[in-house]
Amino acid sequence: MDDKYYHSVRLEKEKCMGCTNCIKRCPTEAIRVHDGKAMIIKSRCIDCGECIRACPHSAKRAVTDDLDMIRQYKYRVALPAPALYSQYRTARSRNHFLTALKKLGFDDVFEVAVGAEVVSESTREYLKDRKPQIPVISTACPAILRLIQVKYPNLLDNLLPLQAPVEVAAGMARSRALKKSGLNTRDIGIFFITPCAAKMYTKYHPLRGDVSDIDGIISFQDIYMLLRAQIKALGEDEEEDLAEATTFGVRWPNPGGESLALSINKFIAVDGIHDAAEIFDTIENSDKFDDIDFIEALACKGGCLGGPLMVKNVYVSQVIMKSMRDEKGGKYRAEKLPLRDVDYRDYMWDKEVNHIPIHALDSDIMRAMQKLDEMEKLIDEMPGLDCGACGAPSCKALAEDIVRGEAKTTDCVFKLRERVRNLANEMFELESMLPPVMAPVRGSGTQRGKKEEGHETE
Amino acid sequence: MAEISSMHIECIIDKDDFNAAGEASSKVKKSLNMLGIPPKTIKRIAVAMYEAEINAFIHGGGGKAVADIYPDRVEVLISDEGKGIADLDLAMQEGYSTAPEEVRMLGFGAGMGLPNIKRNSDELDIDSAPGKGTRVKMKFKLS
Repeated sequence: MDDKYYHSVRLEKEKCMGCTNCIKRCPTEAIRVHDGKAMIIKSRCIDCGECIRACPHSAKRAVTDDLDMIRQYKYRVALPAPALYSQYRTARSRNHFLTALKKLGFDDVFEVAVGAEVVSESTREYLKDRKPQIPVISTACPAILRLIQVKYPNLLDNLLPLQAPVEVAAGMARSRALKKSGLNTRDIGIFFITPCAAKMYTKYHPLRGDVSDIDGIISFQDIYMLLRAQIKALGEDEEEDLAEATTFGVRWPNPGGESLALSINKFIAVDGIHDAAEIFDTIENSDKFDDIDFIEALACKGGCLGGPLMVKNVYVSQVIMKSMRDEKGGKYRAEKLPLRDVDYRDYMWDKEVNHIPIHALDSDIMRAMQKLDEMEKLIDEMPGLDCGACGAPSCKALAEDIVRGEAKTTDCVFKLRERVRNLANEMFELESMLPPVMAPVRGSGTQRGKKEEGHETE
Repeated sequence: MAEISSMHIECIIDKDDFNAAGEASSKVKKSLNMLGIPPKTIKRIAVAMYEAEINAFIHGGGGKAVADIYPDRVEVLISDEGKGIADLDLAMQEGYSTAPEEVRMLGFGAGMGLPNIKRNSDELDIDSAPGKGTRVKMKFKLS
């Protein structure tokens, strides 16, 4: 990738109607509408997918890999996100789902839920061993991680520096595939089936190692119908025993799932990017959460079950998820997190996660002050309606764009109207100024200009 | 255009609106962000200011928060006309608190406010006497 910040969320220009639904929902104010089309400011975008959900014309989408891509590899492994178990009412069990998925052209499936259990075990060890600054903030959700990088630099020290479940699962799946197939690593393709737009970023920017173990990321939406047909066709006797994760791993994508696997009491589980931002604001503004051990924040309402690439309504998904988790007679029900005797150091980041500053108006403080002052004056003069007709999400955002030289005052329809009115008044005034030789026309309202009291002649 | 060499921020700390306490620190924080001040410095200023604002709300019955941002420093004055501090040395000790129970229930009043302000500010000057209100003057270097 040449781009410093890879983004999966893109705009399909021909579908964009230039409405302003998306700009309002973006948590980092990363979208503007110019010339009738939305545009994403790359440095600000965190790939949360809010705009995908907000767009009534489906003009925002996540760029993911094609299912055909798996044919480039001799041995293919599918990594289903646990949230996907919630998408088919017709799936009898997890094994039913997993076998059907395998039949789409894979040689094996490896549950990301197993990776989640390993992350939970590692997190426990990490907390015990390192005694980090609390509250420790989960980094499993890539959009939350980016939100913190962009907006909450003071919370970077609180991040849990461990790989996300999908990365851990990809590594485990690769080792197993190497053993099972006897092939070279380049012949093995590991494919994550994702409910999430932000995961693409993880593939291009691994936080441990130089290359991610994930070879491709396939949108769940893209395979929904194919998988539905497989699930329908698959007989009970064809089901393979592919499920490995316990209730702990399966529960992970639900809000609170990660925290519950840690057996700690004081945690906050927040879902929805705007609610998460509110929690982060509170922590940053004060030290009031110093008795909370862990914060699990998920960018989507309902956690990964509400991911932008999911198909079913999130509340319906929760019901299906519950029945999958509590599978009757399932051998995977567990009272305790299964321990695999892992070493958390094997999953620690070896890259730095830095602040991505987006707010500074200028690198020179004096100039920044001028701009900020100018910006405040502009805000005072604006209507404060945050109507979005200028293409910016709020009057404040427009004022900021103006002082950055990226927009004009007249982009504001109210300011434009004011200008037009002033101009109209001026024209009216000018029109009334007749040459001195002409007599004013009676009843028309037109009078000779600059007449003074007492000099009037009838 | 005239050179701007400072920015002035002023907020009333309304004695009846708990959520409004902290408004000034939040505004200052946003401004400093736009000025490109390092995050760690912003955090120090925001925490100290917030503590002082909360104090003015809890103990002072509301008051006023004033902040002036200069290219090299931030000066803050939080003032109230409340009951004042009887023993300043005692109040500066960690864990000492006169906050009522209902305030402590909210997670405040642990006696860390003033020590926290001292730790986070570069200069601190508290002017207070019983019945005379409290003026907390803080200075922060911007580096």
